[in-house]
Amino acid sequence: MKTQRWFTPWLLLGPALVWLLVFNLWPAINTVVLAFTNAKPLGGGSFTGVANFERMLNDEQLVYALVNSIVYMLVCLPLLLFLPLLLAVLLEKKLPGITFFRTAFYTPVIASAVVVALIWTWLLEDRGLVNGLAQQLGFLTEPLPFLSGRWLLLFSAISLTVWKGLGYYMIIYLSALGNVSRQLHEAAAVDGAGPIRRFWSVTVPGVRTTMLLVSVLVTVSALRVFTELFVLTNGTGGPGGRTMSLVMLIQMYSRGFTGHLGYASALSLLLFVITVGPMLLLLRLNRKAA
Amino acid sequence: MTQLTTPPAGAPAKTPAPAPKRRRRGSGFGTMRRREKLLRYALLLLALVVTVGPFVWQLSTSLKGAGENIYTSTPQFIPSDPTFDNYLRVAETIPVLSYAKNSLIVAAMTVIGNAVGATLAGFALAKLHFRGRTLFLALVLGTLVLPGEVTIISQYVTVRSLGLADTLIGVALPTTVAMLNVLLMRAAFMAIPDEMDEAAVIDGASAWQRLIHVGLPNVRGMLSVITIFAFIGAWDDFLWPLIVLTDPQNYTLTVGLQYLSGAFTANPRVIAAGTMIAFIPIVIVFATLQRFFFRGVEEGAIKG
Repeated sequence: MKTQRWFTPWLLLGPALVWLLVFNLWPAINTVVLAFTNAKPLGGGSFTGVANFERMLNDEQLVYALVNSIVYMLVCLPLLLFLPLLLAVLLEKKLPGITFFRTAFYTPVIASAVVVALIWTWLLEDRGLVNGLAQQLGFLTEPLPFLSGRWLLLFSAISLTVWKGLGYYMIIYLSALGNVSRQLHEAAAVDGAGPIRRFWSVTVPGVRTTMLLVSVLVTVSALRVFTELFVLTNGTGGPGGRTMSLVMLIQMYSRGFTGHLGYASALSLLLFVITVGPMLLLLRLNRKAA
Repeated sequence: MTQLTTPPAGAPAKTPAPAPKRRRRGSGFGTMRRREKLLRYALLLLALVVTVGPFVWQLSTSLKGAGENIYTSTPQFIPSDPTFDNYLRVAETIPVLSYAKNSLIVAAMTVIGNAVGATLAGFALAKLHFRGRTLFLALVLGTLVLPGEVTIISQYVTVRSLGLADTLIGVALPTTVAMLNVLLMRAAFMAIPDEMDEAAVIDGASAWQRLIHVGLPNVRGMLSVITIFAFIGAWDDFLWPLIVLTDPQNYTLTVGLQYLSGAFTANPRVIAAGTMIAFIPIVIVFATLQRFFFRGVEEGAIKG
């Protein structure tokens, strides 16, 4: 197989090699370097030792951001673990028109998070559709201010993330359902197990591995959340900036006169530390599947 | 509908021979009972309202004229007097056409870069033997552990030092050759059986000829998958262009939309029209290419 000249592979690999070095490996190294400097968006960047990390210890906003991330994760996990599975079970039977439903359910996934967040801003407004319908149906007597207040904002953003993620995880489950034994389902049915019983004792155990994959994916994306919170709070991070996420903090320090790229890099390292575990697990799961 | 829930199971008792087949039908597998079918469709419709309803509501809001009350407690999905005025208002408030053009330029650069870069590298990694291949692969795989947000600040520093801050090239550059796509193309080339390639090698074909005549025709599926993903990813991206771009003239559509809703006292009709301008093109791309799309997702083109 050694018919090619020695440099041919490197010619083909050229662009990918440049991008690997310049836009993947170097930024990874430089994040660590920057975290020990006071670099600003408008220049500067002298070594400041562990000053940025000391600052992190006294950053009240960071505490809020981390608490928000944990709440985000804990609420998203059960919802995105089961709702998409139910959708997938619904789509599993090849009924006429099922392709249409599958495509339609996937639409929120392909829409930009900005578009989705603006749609939800309109839906959740004091005089928006959700408040209107809830009052019409008697669930609420006066509008609920979904877009103000730390926790309501956070839960509005979570509901948006869940809604946008439904189709994504649904497709993952759908391909896993194909491997769930049909005989097992039939046997359970013959034994008199109803659909709910069969869901818990046949379907769920059958997609165990996929559920692990989904929970890792949900965890990582909850820790990385940005656009939903940014757009719903109009870039402010909510009252007193208490509805921020870690990535929102990183973005906030990336620009303007008050920006601090060194501190933003230290926060990036923190993001790396809390995501690296799930990311490694994800890599393992994907390799096993492949 | 209720009378059809049990009958087929009762019938075969008289004719014993086909009994097993019939009984399986009765238990709800193979052919479905009518009640179950109706229930399934009802649930599907409910899910449809939840997933697509908000888009329809936004489209409807965008078509409602200034005279129509959009806040009524009985929601009106059909505009009483549909108008495109709000779309014109978007164009008056922000340079929406040039934002769309900017998004398209970024998406085009990303699509071309990934199609070319990932194909060439994927072929070399899958079909050519050379020193350093394992190391290269290990490094590529290693980069996948990093979420993009972790390196976004130092990416910005790199782009700025190249003199590309606040430019569209700066927006497109970091993802022009995505490492995940290199791995996906490598997997596609590896799926081509070696025997197909060997004939070409014996005939004295160069690596380049093998790529064009043996490789490419067999990886078209994966190639379309990565280009669709690259397009949608670039078109929808928000955080990175928000960091790189400062001059409102250079904004892409997503950043421009946020600007539209933030900088002016919001008229929901105009914002709705703006979101539709960003949303409709991607729906068209998705609807025409969804066949490839779902195949890609199933083949594991899942972005962590």
